[in-house]
Amino acid sequence: MTKEEILAQGGSKVNARPRLMLDATMHYCPGCSHGVVHKLVAEVIEELGMENSAIGVAPVGCAVFAYNYVDIDWIEAAHGRAPAVATAAARLNPDAMVFTYQGDGDLAAIGTCETIHACNRGENITIIFINNGIYGMTGGQMAPTTLEGMKTSTTPYGRRVDLNGYPLNITNLVKELDGVCYVTRQSVHTPAAVRKAKAAIRQAFINTREKRGTSFVEIVSTCNSGWKMSPEKANKWMEENMFPKYVPGEIKNTVKND
Amino acid sequence: MTNEIIITGFGGQGVLSMGKILAYAGLLDGLEVSWMPSYGPEQRGGTANVTVILSDEAISSPVLDQYDIAVVLNQQSLDKFESHVKPGGTLLYDPYGIHRLPQRTDINVLEVRATEAAIAGGNMKAFNMILLGALLKAHPMVSPETVIKGLEKTLPERHHHLIPMNREAIVKGAELI
Amino acid sequence: MKQQINDDVKLMKGNEAVAHAAIRYGVDGYFGYPITPQSEVLETLEELKPWETTGMVVLQSESEVAAINMVYGGGATGKAVMTSSSSPGVSLMMEGISYIAAGRIPTLIINVMRGGPGLGTIQPSQSDYFQATKGGGHGDYRLIVLAPASVQDMADFVGLGFDLAFKYRTPAMILSDGIIGQMMEKVVLPEARPRRTDEEIAAQCPWAVTGKRGRKNRNVMTTLELESKMMEENNRQLQAVYDEIEKNEVRYEQYMTDDAEYLFVAFGCMSRICKKSIEQARARGIKVGLLRPITLWPFPTKAIADLAPKMKGILVAEMNAGQMIEDVRLAVEGAVPVRHFGRNGGIVPNPGEVVDSLIKQFNIHD
Repeated sequence: MTKEEILAQGGSKVNARPRLMLDATMHYCPGCSHGVVHKLVAEVIEELGMENSAIGVAPVGCAVFAYNYVDIDWIEAAHGRAPAVATAAARLNPDAMVFTYQGDGDLAAIGTCETIHACNRGENITIIFINNGIYGMTGGQMAPTTLEGMKTSTTPYGRRVDLNGYPLNITNLVKELDGVCYVTRQSVHTPAAVRKAKAAIRQAFINTREKRGTSFVEIVSTCNSGWKMSPEKANKWMEENMFPKYVPGEIKNTVKND
Repeated sequence: MTNEIIITGFGGQGVLSMGKILAYAGLLDGLEVSWMPSYGPEQRGGTANVTVILSDEAISSPVLDQYDIAVVLNQQSLDKFESHVKPGGTLLYDPYGIHRLPQRTDINVLEVRATEAAIAGGNMKAFNMILLGALLKAHPMVSPETVIKGLEKTLPERHHHLIPMNREAIVKGAELI
Repeated sequence: MKQQINDDVKLMKGNEAVAHAAIRYGVDGYFGYPITPQSEVLETLEELKPWETTGMVVLQSESEVAAINMVYGGGATGKAVMTSSSSPGVSLMMEGISYIAAGRIPTLIINVMRGGPGLGTIQPSQSDYFQATKGGGHGDYRLIVLAPASVQDMADFVGLGFDLAFKYRTPAMILSDGIIGQMMEKVVLPEARPRRTDEEIAAQCPWAVTGKRGRKNRNVMTTLELESKMMEENNRQLQAVYDEIEKNEVRYEQYMTDDAEYLFVAFGCMSRICKKSIEQARARGIKVGLLRPITLWPFPTKAIADLAPKMKGILVAEMNAGQMIEDVRLAVEGAVPVRHFGRNGGIVPNPGEVVDSLIKQFNIHD
């Protein structure tokens, strides 16, 4: 049955591609969290009427092509530099709603300095941080957030803390910075989690519009290709292994919710 | 007429600011001027020097190896720059702390007891202006009045009460020549 | 040559002149990190507080890496954005400069050179000529490179740099040095003008990433293109712009070349020193002239090629181990001997040294 036939039979439309999602074939692997988060970003921007003021800053990593999917203005940053790029875009365009969209390698390894200092200055930007504990785009190497014992192509026998250091909980570091008004950790692996993640992104974008300082939204995510698991198993593995280290929930909120 | 000058001594003796005041007076007199300091850590206690050029023509190099006038304020500077004064040029020095005196006879050597005068006047801050007063007496390239006018224009309002002290120092310096 | 003095004539350092000129030009943003010998640019801007007058944004970044990426981000929104640094800091910026060139973002980068390599010295040098003119970052790109020789040039080249950057939609660099940055000279500051409005920016820079603001088509600033065919086409477009710049924007100064038998080629502070050397050499009966490239890229190849046959020899004087001499030799194509005079590591040569080198290298008997 076609969509039209279903609707003709009295079916009601319960979901649709958000108006701001471009009709482009996604390059993400089936089961990847990025697609869901992109959709939430598009929905929230549309619902808040920000499509004319939003500037997204895309990272280097799997989300390097984020600009191909959400119908707003974008700047593609060099690896790790999105918070610096966003800093200037926001300061020079006070009416714009500027956000970065970054992965764990981009934000917590090569771009740690820019991340910490943009947050510490309290730049009026939102940082959306996709943490899947691995480098997806380059083929599954160790990320700063890779868990102890986790196998990657550069830790084929599992991450050893004596060799590679500990998994970096950068979100908890960011929480300590006075410039940051809102820090939260979410996931998108169940319908309920998706709804909560959407509310978090909405709160962050409102904070940015209202110039309340930096908002930081971590989405603990799966990378079933990199983790070499089915999407279903990856979701379960994330709950069992990632969540104990990266505990979902609100971490800091200095403003009252809107 | 071109005056190519080096002022050199310890950091903290007011070498750079003396050069700046001289350059600014030149500017007010409509001359071409350049002021090129040594910069970096030597400003903080080591040696400091500044090359000042005043000219009624366009200035080529701001960096020189031969000078019409050298104002030297310590032994190190005297040892280094005495040989760089052009024949017939002027070496103006403060003998305070100097144990090896200038040797050259083909230049005009002027001794100015500026440190002594500053101590006697109870104000070491007047030191570099005493020297400037002496220099301008020997080489009236700009008038003392222009120097004072320059101070009025460049000093922040809150420091204007220091101008009379500077004026007296210039007069004092002229008397030492 | 005495001239009337008014309040627009100032005595200031080259670095200070840059700050004043930037505000007066209507620059929208400055992002920088302290490093000797150029910190006065940021210090002067912070002291002048332009955000209270013109609305210019000034920010001390956490690193040169952040600074250049702020320039990238701000420039991508169509604003006139600049940074300044000195050699080691500019090395850190090279990745960002490559992105800015690839994105064709009109911006201004200032390098007040100090001696290298490595942490080197804080004293003046000209040893970043290769880096500036041959593309220190990756990929086939060019910067318009302006070489100031006076404090006045420092003030004027801010406006010139931005004008060229916006005209060709490409980054420009002012390649200065510790002498020009630190010395004080008389300077006439450019007339103040307002910053461009958002409407003016939208009209001048239809590519600017500002948020859609009702535009039908969105703007995306990206330098990524995985289709090789498309990437080659991007490169072709860049090269076409560079060809135009080479055709139209070569700038140089000639000094006492009419009767010259020998030629100095020198840029920046070294050209000033060479003018004094010319005075000294001519006093000894040696007829020397000077060609001073003002644009290091595009390089005055033709001007040098035209002068060369009239000379007995050319001495390229640089505060480096021999960098610009390569471009001079390419221009001269063996027509006359080309020799090098250089000092390194922060040593500033004096005018007499250059004359001695000329006499010795060309075996001149005066």
